[in-house]
Amino acid sequence: MTATEALLDRRGGLRDRVARLERMLEIRALEDRVQALFSEGLVHGTTHTAQGQEAVAVGVAAATRPTDVVTCTYRGHAVALALGLTVEDVLGEIMGRTIGSVGGVGGSMHLCEPDVGLLPTFAIVGAGIPVAVGAGLSAQLRGGDDIAVAVFGDGATNIGAFHEGLNLAAIWQLPVLFVCEHNVYGEYSRFDLTTPVADVSVRGASYAIPSATVDGQDVDVVVAAVEEAVTAIRAGGGPRFLEFKTYRYAGHSRSDTAPYRPEGEMELWRERDPIDRFTERLLSEDALDAAAADAMAARVAARVDEAVETVKASPVPDAEAMFRHVYAPNRSR
Amino acid sequence: MAKLRMRQAIVAALADEMERDGSVIVFGEDVAAAGGPFKTSEGLLERFGRARVRDTPISETGFLGAGLGAAVTGLRPVVEIMFIEFLGVALDMLSTEAAKFRYLSGGKLSVPLVVRASAGSGLGFGAQHSQTLETWLYATPGLKLAVASGPRTAYGLLRAAVQDDNPVVVLEPRPLYGEREEVETGDAAVIPLGQANLCATGDDVTIVGLGQTVGTALRAAESAGWTADVIDLQTLLPWDRDTVFASVARTGRLVVVEESPRTGGWGTEIAAAVAGECFGDLTAPVTRITAPDVPVPFPPELEARYLPGPDYVRAQIDTLLDSGRLPVPWWETEGLGA
Ligand SMILES: Cc1ncc(C[n+]2csc(CCOP(=O)(O)OP(=O)(O)O)c2C)c(N)n1
Ligand SMILES: [Mg+2]
Repeated sequence: MTATEALLDRRGGLRDRVARLERMLEIRALEDRVQALFSEGLVHGTTHTAQGQEAVAVGVAAATRPTDVVTCTYRGHAVALALGLTVEDVLGEIMGRTIGSVGGVGGSMHLCEPDVGLLPTFAIVGAGIPVAVGAGLSAQLRGGDDIAVAVFGDGATNIGAFHEGLNLAAIWQLPVLFVCEHNVYGEYSRFDLTTPVADVSVRGASYAIPSATVDGQDVDVVVAAVEEAVTAIRAGGGPRFLEFKTYRYAGHSRSDTAPYRPEGEMELWRERDPIDRFTERLLSEDALDAAAADAMAARVAARVDEAVETVKASPVPDAEAMFRHVYAPNRSR
Repeated sequence: MAKLRMRQAIVAALADEMERDGSVIVFGEDVAAAGGPFKTSEGLLERFGRARVRDTPISETGFLGAGLGAAVTGLRPVVEIMFIEFLGVALDMLSTEAAKFRYLSGGKLSVPLVVRASAGSGLGFGAQHSQTLETWLYATPGLKLAVASGPRTAYGLLRAAVQDDNPVVVLEPRPLYGEREEVETGDAAVIPLGQANLCATGDDVTIVGLGQTVGTALRAAESAGWTADVIDLQTLLPWDRDTVFASVARTGRLVVVEESPRTGGWGTEIAAAVAGECFGDLTAPVTRITAPDVPVPFPPELEARYLPGPDYVRAQIDTLLDSGRLPVPWWETEGLGA
C-alpha cells in the first residue's frame, strides 16, 4: 500500500461506527501524549489540543470524502487524524521532525495533507473561512459534487473574515459546509463575554444559509447532521452551517491552566464525554463487547507508543529544509 | 529603581500613563480579566476598572478601528495586537486610516493612538506567529514605530508613545518578556521617540540593532577581538540619523543586525542612508547581517539558525574586519537558497 492509499484507507475506514470510536480514542491518546511529551522536553513551542472535541472531528471526516477540501485551525490535530493523517504525520510535525506532514518545518499549528483534502491549517483566526469559500468556488466551476468544509471556532465568528466568507458563499450559492466547533471559549474568554448571541447558528441564518445548532458530543448525531447537510450541498443546494456544541478539556494552549473555568463546568461536560457515551452505546447495542473494547484501547495505546518511538527516531530537518519549498517551480502549461 | 521583567515594565508604563491621564484606555484580546496573554496588563483591570481596561472579541479590524475613532475624539487608546501578524487583518485601520488622518484633516485632527504588539522569533511559534513585520509599517508617513529591546526601553518608549499625539506602534520582542533588568520608572525615564541609544562604545565598527538584535550585538561584541559602538535604534520611524552617522564617522564601518528576511528588511534604509551620506567615512562595505529569505521554520534547531545569533554575528564581523570584504551569509556559504 502506498502512503496515499494508507491515508485513504484510514479515512474510508470511518464508514464503520466502531472504527469511529477507535479514531476518537486515538485522538484522545495522542493529545494526552503531547502534553506528556512537552513535560519531557520533546515538544517545543506552543500546542493547542482538542481533548473533548473528538466527536466533531471524527463525525465531519466520516460524513465527507477525501476529495472534499477542508480548512481547519491551529487546534487541528484531531481533525487531521480524523481526515486520515497518521499519528506519525501529526506528531512528527508537533515534534518538528522530517516525518511530519510538512517535513517538520510547520509545527503543531501547521498540518497539511492534500491527499485527504486538508489545506495547511491556519494559525490566524478566521483565515480558513474565506479560503474554504474559494475552494467551494473551484468545486462549483469544476462541476461534480465535491464540497469544501471550513472548520473554525466560536471565537472566529467575531472576525470579519467569517462574515465576509459566509456572505460570499451565500450569494454565489457555493458548495461549502461551515462547521463551528463551539467549545465555549475563545482563548481565555467565555463565549458570552465576547458574543451577544447564544447560538452562532443564528449568524449563519442571518446570511440566509440554512443553519443548525447540534450536539457535538455525540458522534452519531454529528455524522447524521453532516450527512444531511452534505447531501443538500452536493445536490446544488448552496452552503450549510452547522454549529456543534462541544468543550475543550485542556487549556487554550499548553501554557494555559484555564483558571477562568467556572467550578463544576468541566465535570458537567465530562459526564457527556463523547468517547464514554459512544463506547457505552456500542456496548449496549452489542456492536462491541468488553473484550473488543479493551483490545481496541490496547491497540490505540500501542500505536501511539510506537509512533512516539518512530518520531523520536526521525531526524530533525536539516538547514536546507527551510529553503526547500518557499517557491513553486513553474511548470510548463 | 527596581528589577523588572519586560512584561512588568510594560504594565508599569501603562499604569503610570493611566494614572497621569484619565483619557488613557487599554483594550485588546484577553488584556483585562486575564491580565494579557503575555501578562503585560496584569492588575490594570483591578486598578483602573472596566471602563478603561477592556477585553475585546477576536475582531482586530473592529477594535483597532474603534481605537482610531476613540483617539480622534478625545481618548488615548492603547490597543494590543497579540502577535504582530494579527495586524494583517486590520492593517487598513492603521496604515491607510490612522496614519493619514492628520494630513487629511488639514491638521485639524490628531490621532493619539498606540498599538502594542508582540513580535519576533525564537520561541517555536512557527511561520505565522514569529515575524517582526516592521516592514509592513515602515513606508507609512504619519506613523511612528518604536521597538523595545528590553525592560528599560519597553518602559520608556511605551510612555513616550502614549504621550505622543500621533499613531505609534510599539513592538515588543516576545522572547524578551521574561528578561529582567534595573528599570528606572517615572517621567525622567521616558525615552523620546526618534532617539537612538549608544549602548556600548568602541572603535572598529558601528553595529546597529533593533529589538532583539540589540542584545545579540552586545553579546557578539563581548568576547570579540574588536570593539564596537553598539546602537539601539529604539525608534525606526523616524530613525536617529545623527547618532548613526556620527558613530560611523568615527568607526568607518557599519553593520546592521536584523532578525528578519534579508530582502526588504528595515536595515536596507539604514544601509542606504549610510552608504550615501557617510560615503567618505567608510573604510569597509556597509554590511547587513540578517535572516535568510524564508518563512520562520518551526524546529528549534532550525529557528536557532534562522535567527542571527551572537556567534554568527561575531564571525561575520571578524570576516569583515579581516578581509575588508562583505561577509557571505551562512546559507550562501552552504550553497542553500540559490
Ligand atoms: C486574527 C487573530 N487574532 C487573534 C489570534 C490569537 N488567538 C489564537 S486562537 C484564539 C482563540 C480562538 O477561539 P475560537 O475561535 O473559539 O477557537 P478555539 O481556540 O476555541 O478552538 C485567539 C484569540 C489569532 N491567532 N488570530
Ligand atoms: Mg472556542
